[in-house]
Amino acid sequence: MSSDGHERASLNSSQEDRVPAPDIKEFIRGVKRWTPCPLASLPNDVAERSIQVGIKPNEDDRSGTYFQIDDVPVFHGIKRAFENRVEMTSVRQALQRHEWLKDYFWRLVDSGADEFTELAYRDWDDGYFVRILEGQKLTFPLQACLFVSTDRFNQNVHNVIVAEPGSDAQIITGCTIHPSVSRGLHVGITEIYVKRGARLTFTMVHGWAPGFDARPRTAVLLEEGATFVSNYICLSPVRSLQMYPVAYCAGEGARARFNSILYVKDRSYVDVGARVVLDGKGSRGEIVSRVVATEAAQAYLRGLLVGRREECKGHIECMGLLLSDRASIHAIPRLDAEARGVELTHEAAIGKIAREQVEYLMTRGLSKEEAEALLVRGFMDVSILGLPATLYEDIRRIVESVSRAH
Amino acid sequence: MLRIEDLTVEVAGRTVIKDLTLEVPKGETHVLFGPNGSGKSTLIKTIVGFSDYRVVKGRIYFKDRDITDMPINERIRLGIGVAFQNPPALRGVKLKDLVSGFLGRAGDELASLTRALNISNEFLERDLNVNFSGGEVKRSEILQLLAQRPEFVLIDEPDSGVDVENLERIGKVLNSYLSGSTGLLITHTGHILRYLNATKGHVIIHGTIACSGNPLRILTQILHEGYGWCEKCLLMGMRELH
Repeated sequence: MSSDGHERASLNSSQEDRVPAPDIKEFIRGVKRWTPCPLASLPNDVAERSIQVGIKPNEDDRSGTYFQIDDVPVFHGIKRAFENRVEMTSVRQALQRHEWLKDYFWRLVDSGADEFTELAYRDWDDGYFVRILEGQKLTFPLQACLFVSTDRFNQNVHNVIVAEPGSDAQIITGCTIHPSVSRGLHVGITEIYVKRGARLTFTMVHGWAPGFDARPRTAVLLEEGATFVSNYICLSPVRSLQMYPVAYCAGEGARARFNSILYVKDRSYVDVGARVVLDGKGSRGEIVSRVVATEAAQAYLRGLLVGRREECKGHIECMGLLLSDRASIHAIPRLDAEARGVELTHEAAIGKIAREQVEYLMTRGLSKEEAEALLVRGFMDVSILGLPATLYEDIRRIVESVSRAH
Repeated sequence: MLRIEDLTVEVAGRTVIKDLTLEVPKGETHVLFGPNGSGKSTLIKTIVGFSDYRVVKGRIYFKDRDITDMPINERIRLGIGVAFQNPPALRGVKLKDLVSGFLGRAGDELASLTRALNISNEFLERDLNVNFSGGEVKRSEILQLLAQRPEFVLIDEPDSGVDVENLERIGKVLNSYLSGSTGLLITHTGHILRYLNATKGHVIIHGTIACSGNPLRILTQILHEGYGWCEKCLLMGMRELH
C-alpha cells in the first residue's frame, strides 16, 4: 500500500478499533490470597505503592479508608471524629445493610454496555461504598485504594458513592499494582450520586505498568444545585487505558467538571475522555485536560458536551504537549447543542516545548534538562484541579516526581 | 570585563549586527542607545547566547574567556545576568519557583528585594509573564536578575512601558545594585538615566556602534536632533563624543 493509501486507511478506521484489547482469557481470578488486617499491618511494599497514588496508610489528614487487595477488602473504617457522619464499607456489606442500595447498583452504568461491564457484572470482586450523610461537611478526604498484588490478575471492582443532600466531601481513590505485577486487567465500575445541593470532589490517581490494562467505567448523577468535580491523574505507563466517564446534570443549576492530567510514556495507549450531559436548566459542564506524551505513546483526548436545556453552558479545554517524534496526541472535542440558548465552547492546542521558553529559563542558570522539566511540570499544573490544601500537596508531589524524572 | 570584537550576527539569515566592537570594563555602567530595529536587543540576546542569534564573525569575551560558543547557562554561571524586554509567558511556572527554588535566595534577602520592587506574595504565585502588565514584567525581570547576584548585568529597556512611579522604583534599585557592579543597559528613551549614574554611552545604528561618549551628552543630542543626527555621524565617521 502506498504511504498515501495507508494514511487514508488509518484516518478512516474508527479509533475504537485500534485500542489494544486485553484478552480476558489470559487473566486469572479467584486468588483470595489476602485476609482482613489493620492498615498498619500492610506489607511495606504494598503501603509504599499506595502512597505513590495518594493513599496515606497512616491515615494522616484522612477521614476514612477502604483498602482492597486483589479480590479481598482488607480494611475499611471511619476515623472516630467522623463516625455517624459518613459510611465507608465494602459494597457487599452495604447491600446487606441497606435494602435501598440495590436501586443504586447498576443504575447509571449499563451492565451490558461493553465486554468489561459484562465482565464486572459476571465476576464481581466487591468494591467500596461511601455515603456522606445529609448536611455533613467532611474536612478531611476519604481514601480508597484498589490494589492488584497478583501477576495476571483480573480485578473487577464496583463502587457506589452517595452524597446525600447538602453534604460536602472529598474522596481520593488510588488504583495501583505491586511492583512484581507486570500484566493484568483492572475494571472499575463507579456509580456516583450527588444529591440536591451536595458537593463532591472525586480525585483518582492511577499507577499501572507497561503490560497492564485498565478500563474504568464511571457515571455520575447530579441533582438540583449539586456540584461534582472529578480529577483524574495517570502518570505511569500502561498497556492500554480507555475510559469515557459521564456526568448527567439532571437537576437545575447542577455543575460537573472533569479535570485530567496525564503523562503518557513508553508504548502506552491511552484513550481518556469525559462526557457531560446538561439536562437541568442552567446546568454547567467543564472538561479540562493536560496531556504530555513522550517516547512511543499514543493519547486520545475526548470531550463531549451535550446541551439539552436552555441556559446550559459548557466548555472543553484540551492541551497537549508532545515530547517525542514517535508519540502522538489526538484531541477530539465534540459539542452537541440540542436546545435554544445553549452555550458550548471548546479550545484545543497541541504543541512541543518552545525553545524560546527553554532558553529563557537557561538565562536563570537552569540547565536545558532542568528548564524542560520545569516547563513540563508547569504544563501539568496541579492548581487546575481545585484541590484542598491537604490533597494539593500530595498530588503536587506525585506530579513533580514524574516531571523531575523526565 | 565584557569585550566584543568585530561581531557580525545573523537572525533568520539577515545580518542584524555588523562589525561591532564594544568593551565594558569592570565597575562601569554603559548605556546603549539606538532607534527601533538598530540591533540593541539582538546584541543582548547574542551576548547571552540564544540559538536563533548566529555569530558569523567576531568573538565575545567575558572575564577574558571566549564565551562565543558557550551554552547559555554556563555564561550565566560565569556571572552574566539579564533582564529582558519581552520575556515569554510560561504557564504553570510561578515567579516564586524561579527566585526561591532555582536561584536559591534566602528568605531575608528575597524579602528585601521584593519590598524594594513592591512585589507582593500574590504576585510571586502568579504564572510567569502570563497577563503581566508592562511594569510587572520589568519588576519581575529585575527581581530575577538581582536574585542571581550577577557580576555583570544586561538590561533591555528597563524604562519602556513603565509608569513614572515604577520607573523611579526600578531606577533606584538598579542604581544601588550597579554602584558595585558592571553592566550594559539598553534604553530607547533614556528615561532611566534620571535615576542611575552611567559611565559611558554608545549609539548603535544599523547594527554597529555609531558613536560613544558621555551618556548624558549623547542623550541630550538625541533628544534635540533625533537619531537622524547619529546617521550623519556614522556617515562622517565620527566615533567619539565627549
